[in-house]
Parts: sequence; C-alpha cells; structure tokens
Amino acid sequence: MVYGNGLSQYNHAAFAQKIRGHCLRMTHGGKSGHIGSMLSMADIIAVLYGSILNVSADQPKCDTRDRFILSKGHGGAAVYAALAEKGFFPKDWLSTYYKDAGKLSGHISHHVPGVEFSTGSLGHGLPVAAGMALAARHANKKHRIFCVMSDGDIDEGSTWEAIMFAAQHRMDNLVAIVDYNRIQALGKMEDVIELEPFADKIRAFGWAVKEINGHDCNQIEETLSYIPFESGKPSFVIAKTIKGKGVSFLENTVSCHYHAITQTDLEKGLRQIGELA
Amino acid sequence: MRSVFNDELLKIARNDKRIFMVLADIGYGEIEPFAQEFPDRFYNVGVAEQNMTGVACGIAMEGNIAITYSIANFPTLRPLEQIRNDVCYHNANVKIVIIGGGLAYGPLGISHHSTEDIAILRALPNIIVVAPSDFAEARAAVHAMIEHNGPVYYRCGYKKEPAIHENPINFKFGKAIKILDGSDATIIFTGTIGYNAKVAAELLKKDGIYVRLLSMHTVKPIDSRAIVDAAANTNAIITVEEHNINGGLGGAVAEVLMDNGVGNIGFKRLALPDVNVSKIGSQEWLRGQYGLDAQSIASTVRSLLRKKFPKICNDLKA
Repeated sequence: MVYGNGLSQYNHAAFAQKIRGHCLRMTHGGKSGHIGSMLSMADIIAVLYGSILNVSADQPKCDTRDRFILSKGHGGAAVYAALAEKGFFPKDWLSTYYKDAGKLSGHISHHVPGVEFSTGSLGHGLPVAAGMALAARHANKKHRIFCVMSDGDIDEGSTWEAIMFAAQHRMDNLVAIVDYNRIQALGKMEDVIELEPFADKIRAFGWAVKEINGHDCNQIEETLSYIPFESGKPSFVIAKTIKGKGVSFLENTVSCHYHAITQTDLEKGLRQIGELA
Repeated sequence: MRSVFNDELLKIARNDKRIFMVLADIGYGEIEPFAQEFPDRFYNVGVAEQNMTGVACGIAMEGNIAITYSIANFPTLRPLEQIRNDVCYHNANVKIVIIGGGLAYGPLGISHHSTEDIAILRALPNIIVVAPSDFAEARAAVHAMIEHNGPVYYRCGYKKEPAIHENPINFKFGKAIKILDGSDATIIFTGTIGYNAKVAAELLKKDGIYVRLLSMHTVKPIDSRAIVDAAANTNAIITVEEHNINGGLGGAVAEVLMDNGVGNIGFKRLALPDVNVSKIGSQEWLRGQYGLDAQSIASTVRSLLRKKFPKICNDLKA
C-alpha cells in the first residue's frame, strides 16, 4: 500500500527551527545535555509530525494512529517540542523539562500525551516496534510503525536481533530511521564502531534501504511518503545528519552530547536558527 | 509441570484470542500444539531473548497478552533491562514464563540453574512473581496469570513433580495456601521444593511437632497477613526455597516480620547458600547437598525449636 501524495505544502524547515529553538531553551533551562542529538534529528522529527505521521492531538490514543517510537530517548526534548507545537500538551510544559516536579523527563516518557513508548537505554525501540508491527498485521490494521534510532542504537545487539526478525517476517508496515550523525557518546564512529558499509549491511539483512540527507526536509518527506520501499520488506532510512545541526559551535562536536547551553550560547544559538535578531 | 502449563495455556488460548506466544527457540516437545493450532499467534524469534521480550512488549502494548517462554535464566536475566524498562515500566501485559525453576536442570550446570530469579524479579515494580508448587497450583496460576492485567513472572517446574495438595485449592495471587495447621512452627515454602517441606512436616508430626505449612506461591505481592498470623500463633517460622539465600522468599518473609514488629520469634531461612552451584547431579541430589531434602528440613526445624524453646521440646523423641 502506498501512503502520501508526494510533497505537502507544509513548511517543515520552519517547524524544525522551532523545534531547535525549544530544545536550546529546554536544555539551557534544565542545564542538561544531549542538545547535539536533538538538533541532529530536528528535521526528521519536523517532517514526521508535520506531514507523515497520522496522529492527532485530539485523539492521541486513536486506534488507527501511526505508532512512533523514539529509540534514542535522550533526544526526547525534540519530540516534546514537536508535540507541544502540535497541541498535544500546553507549550508551557516545555520550560519544566528536567526540573524538579517537572512534566517532562530527560529521556522520553510515555507519561507525556502523544508519546507512545518510553526509552532511554539504547537498543530497546526496534524490538518493541517490531512487536507492534506484528500486532498491527495480525489485526489487519493499516497503520505504520516508525522507529527513529541513533547510530549508537545500532551498536546494540538487540537492535540486530530485531533487524533479523523484522526481515524474517516481512514487516513492510515497519519503518526504521537512523539519525546517522556518525558521532556517538565518546567519539566519532570511525574511532569507536564503524558501521560502514551500513546500507549494504542492512540490505544484506533483508531490508529495503534508502540513504538520504537528513536535513533536506523535502527529501525526507518524499522518502517517507512511499512506505514500504519494497513490498514484503521493512523499510530502513539512513538519514545522514550533522550532530548539533544549525548551531555552528555545536556542529560535529562530541562535547555537544554533554554540555549544557550557557546564556551566551543560548542567545548565539537562537540567533543562528533565526529566533533572535 | 511444563506439560501442565502448556496444556492449560492451550485450553485458555482457544477462548482468548489475545494470547500470543513469543519464544526464543526453546520448548521442543511442549509448544508444538500451540504452534500448530495458532500459527498466527506463535512466534519463535530465534535465540534472541532481548528481542523476544521487546517484541512481546510491542504485541502486548496493542491490547494483546504476550507470553515469553524459555528455560531457567534465559527469559529473565539476559533481557532483564527489557523486562524492567519495556514490560514493567509500561505495565505491559507480558507473562514471562521459565521452565525449570531452581535446580530443575541440575546436571546441566550453572548456566541452567535459575537460583537468583525471585530476588531479582521481585525488585521490579509492577510485576507479580509466582512459583507454583505442584500441578494444581500450576494450572490455577495459568488462569490467574491470564486474568491479571499486567506483567507476571511464572516460575514453572520441569518434570512430574509430586502433588502437594490433596484437596481442591483456592488459588489467588498474593494469598498463601494453608496445607497443614499446627502451632509449634510454620514452614513457608515457594515452588516445587514444597513437596520436601510437606514430607518434613509429616516426619515432624511423628515426633509430636505440629507444623503449619504454607504454600507462598506468590512471592510478590507477598501474603503479609499469613506471615504475621504465623508469627502470632506459632513459635517459629522456617522458610524453604530452591533459590539463593539472598533476597528470595526468606528475605521477603523476614522483611514482613520486621516491618510488622513481629520478628521476635524463631526464624530460619532454608535456601541455597550464596555460591555458584558447581556440584553435578540431579535436582533431588543437589537439594540434598544443600540441606533441602525432607530429612534436613525436619532436622532444621527440630534444632531451631530446641534452641529457642527448650521447654516445648522436652518431650520430643528425636
């Protein structure tokens, strides 16, 4: 089955910049890390919530909704930002991120309206998504299951267990998207665990794979508008991204996984993404 | 007991289409009837327990009941984080079933001994921890497990464990079953080791020691009322379990006694010592090696009573 009708008129790039702005303020306010991971996937999240996912703030538990699991739970603030912008909960919750008695935890939580599943330890998302895909097919339901992972997620054996399982059962209602910024917690992928030739590996495991620019919203939308890529195969998107994308002094740094944003850097960052003049 | 489990589950699954089995390449000779009857509700994920648990969680999150199934530690310790973060945190309707609790796979070695599972699983929020002692409890526990909406850890036996209950039982999670009554001491057991506890109670009766015998099939939530009542109305409590001495049934019972201010009684935990069991032998032989045979249990009760209550024991033959 083919979903989507090519490109929407939705301004994903502007939505992504809003998400980035929220993430900068949230991690600054929370004195918390992981900003690089949030900025890296902001465009992917913007396109998913902008025009791909069939989800509704009015009926967040609607049975026909698409399921979305963020396996890289440390980037949860970006999803919180998107959900707030889409009306799943009040925007003033965002300022409680990471705070005492706050509404929003540092890793994504299903206690937040619109969040399907809690994660935080890598390698958990894809097996659960595969289970949801099986259940959907069993019940003859037509919704899709999307799972966004980090490249760190791919180091986990459990992810590969699910990769093999999803191919074995020809889960073409399952879509995995890797935010492929090639920087993991302690260093660059080539110095830690090199995944290349990544696409070839995943293809060899029986998935249909597309490699795209994870910051080109039109390309992301175009790619995700035609699921599955091949009938009878799960779909895998390697979205090439830049960790810290959009804020020059964070881009492509290992440290942006850890450091909180200072007041000066917050202003600089917001200026660079166009929120401050 | 594993055959009883599978037989009962199959019967329930005929009327409950929510039930899926998700297993990790284990179950030869037992799971085939379910697989043949419900091929669309049966998934063998291969030798991949983390994926088994995650997939089961995903299936359960969609309104189904997913049963993970393997032997000994395989479906618990390997995917423990999936049980904690995915199943328990989301209160997913996943039932984690192990075949061969304790030393059931004796000669296979430590990789196949499930001897720390109760302590580890009962530390997790939202999960029920149950260890049926005989076929009657095993059957009843399958029904209770399916009726309960949320995670359950089901510690199943392995072979033809002897019956402990002579009469029909009223089985409820969190409610101990009184098998014998007596006022000299209470033996509280969990799981299939209960048969040895029952034989021990019968041996003690010949000595004139009358034991209250409780099957604490559910270690979490534990039946605090039954424990406090035993402390109030009998002289001593002896716990019996086929599990490491740390954190299992004995620890759980001790917590209840102290929390309720009724700990000032005779008390002894009979369990496996805090060692890796490297001796080689059958389940029953290994039990004997660690003081869990009926004679040893009876001796422990006798010595505890003698030490704590010499007056009561003046007339004892042994």
